[in-house]
Amino acid sequence: MSIAQFQAYGYFILIFLLVVVLYSYIYHLYTKKKDADGVDYESYSNMALKDDIDDTPVSAISEDKEK
Amino acid sequence: MENRPLEYDYTIAKMFMLTTIVLGIVGMLIGVILAFQLAFPGLNLILGDSLAEYTNFSRLRPLHTDAVIFGFTLSGVFATWYYVGQRVLKVSMAESKLLMTLGKLHFWLYIVVVAAAVFSLFAGVTTSKEYAEFEWPIDVGVVVVWVLFGMSMFGLIGIRREKSLYISVWYYIATFLGIAMLYLFNNMEIPTMFATSPAGESGIGAWYHSVSMYAGTNDALVQWWYGHNAVAFGFTVPIVGMIYYFLPKESGQAIYSYKLSLLSFWGLMFVYLWAGGHHLLYSTVPDWVQTMASIFSIVLILPSWGSAINMLLTMKGEWQQVASSPLIKFMILASTFYMFSTLEGPIQAIKSVNAIAHFTDWIVGHVHDGVLGWVGFMIMASLYHMAPRVFKREIYSKAIMTAQFWIQTLGVVLYFTSMWIAGITQGMMWRAHDEFGNLAYSFIDTVTVLHPYYAIRGIGGLLYLVGFLMFAYNIYKTMSSRPIEERELQSASPMGA
Repeated sequence: MSIAQFQAYGYFILIFLLVVVLYSYIYHLYTKKKDADGVDYESYSNMALKDDIDDTPVSAISEDKEK
Repeated sequence: MENRPLEYDYTIAKMFMLTTIVLGIVGMLIGVILAFQLAFPGLNLILGDSLAEYTNFSRLRPLHTDAVIFGFTLSGVFATWYYVGQRVLKVSMAESKLLMTLGKLHFWLYIVVVAAAVFSLFAGVTTSKEYAEFEWPIDVGVVVVWVLFGMSMFGLIGIRREKSLYISVWYYIATFLGIAMLYLFNNMEIPTMFATSPAGESGIGAWYHSVSMYAGTNDALVQWWYGHNAVAFGFTVPIVGMIYYFLPKESGQAIYSYKLSLLSFWGLMFVYLWAGGHHLLYSTVPDWVQTMASIFSIVLILPSWGSAINMLLTMKGEWQQVASSPLIKFMILASTFYMFSTLEGPIQAIKSVNAIAHFTDWIVGHVHDGVLGWVGFMIMASLYHMAPRVFKREIYSKAIMTAQFWIQTLGVVLYFTSMWIAGITQGMMWRAHDEFGNLAYSFIDTVTVLHPYYAIRGIGGLLYLVGFLMFAYNIYKTMSSRPIEERELQSASPMGA
């Protein structure tokens, strides 16, 4: 196999893997919500909107620290 | 004292707000002087022959770029981090003496390094690598400041109450990691005092002088991997982090799609680092590197527009705010200029377009519609949002803000349109030849033709500087006015007309 062929196969495999990774990530973002302990990523916007020091965290780091 | 409710502590944020404004004025003032020097070369001698060494274009140019990048922009990044970081992590700097000490150390060492950089560049001490002009003792200082920033940032993240990190925090972390990696690799250098010449001399040159560890084409490749990603991790990543916090906060709207913000983040991280080679099209670097850089530059439109469109859609149903609030105007225009310059950049990176654009004023125009329209507007908007909250006073004048917005917008438009025309004219004239292949124009022919556009660019820059001085005045008057009650402030989001 010449170096050019090797590069071409390598290129194809890389692009294919990247497409798989990209779509898996999107799939993950959408399905995470339905899991048992799932999160709705859209609720994370509230980390900015409700950011006073005495606001309740969107998901507190531990129960005992939550005030 | 013990019974006082916990509050966010903005001490460090305020300190960096001050340097953002002071270094912004310095950087932009020098920029305006440079613009007029290009149009009217006599200005190189503005302070007379005896001081010409300090006032000529080539001495001032790195002061302009470095003051804007490492002075104005980085100060803005630090100021907003010390504000946004606490709020989205729901933890106060006041809760940790160590973090406060680190923050203060971060600020004061930053001041020392800035002073050393300004002094050395005025004195003409430079490595002559673009945007990496500092000699090794200053580089060491920069690394220390950066490590302190990192310790301060990860320290705050370590004691947070909010489990997940808000999208802006991801962008600030990426800024820290990206610049750390780029700065270290591009500034690999050897002090000449350690070198021995073939003739056997040692201790060559001044103690502070160094030479790059890379040579020739390798040096160029590393330099533009650094140079372009300084734009990525200085002018894009942290500013996107800012708009993801300040636009939703100021408009009261949740991000249109938080999932899209995550996807755009990882897209930007993956793609940006490969695009630097587009600065070296038609040079001695391998052809495949040039092609790869071109392709990655085009792909870069996707994550950039992912964030920009996400911000515009955040305003869905709330567009009347753009009319009523000058602060929202700044942010929406910033986001629009972000879209615009992230389309313009990839177009310039296409090889056939680059054949005309390379080395011309169009490139200068591109940088400035990004930095003036996107970076500058977003940093000023962030500081306008922060000012009433950190100083516990209302913004002094909404009228000044509105006037400033229009003056600066006109300035940016004059700047980039004149540079488009100048750049394309230049590119075409350089390439023009007769039927035998003789060049149709000499260099000075282009200079004569471009003169009016250089003058217009100077005026555009001057308008932007005037606007920035209005901003500085407005913030100063805000700081020094009558304090108001916190409770009153909550319902008076500064511009909520």
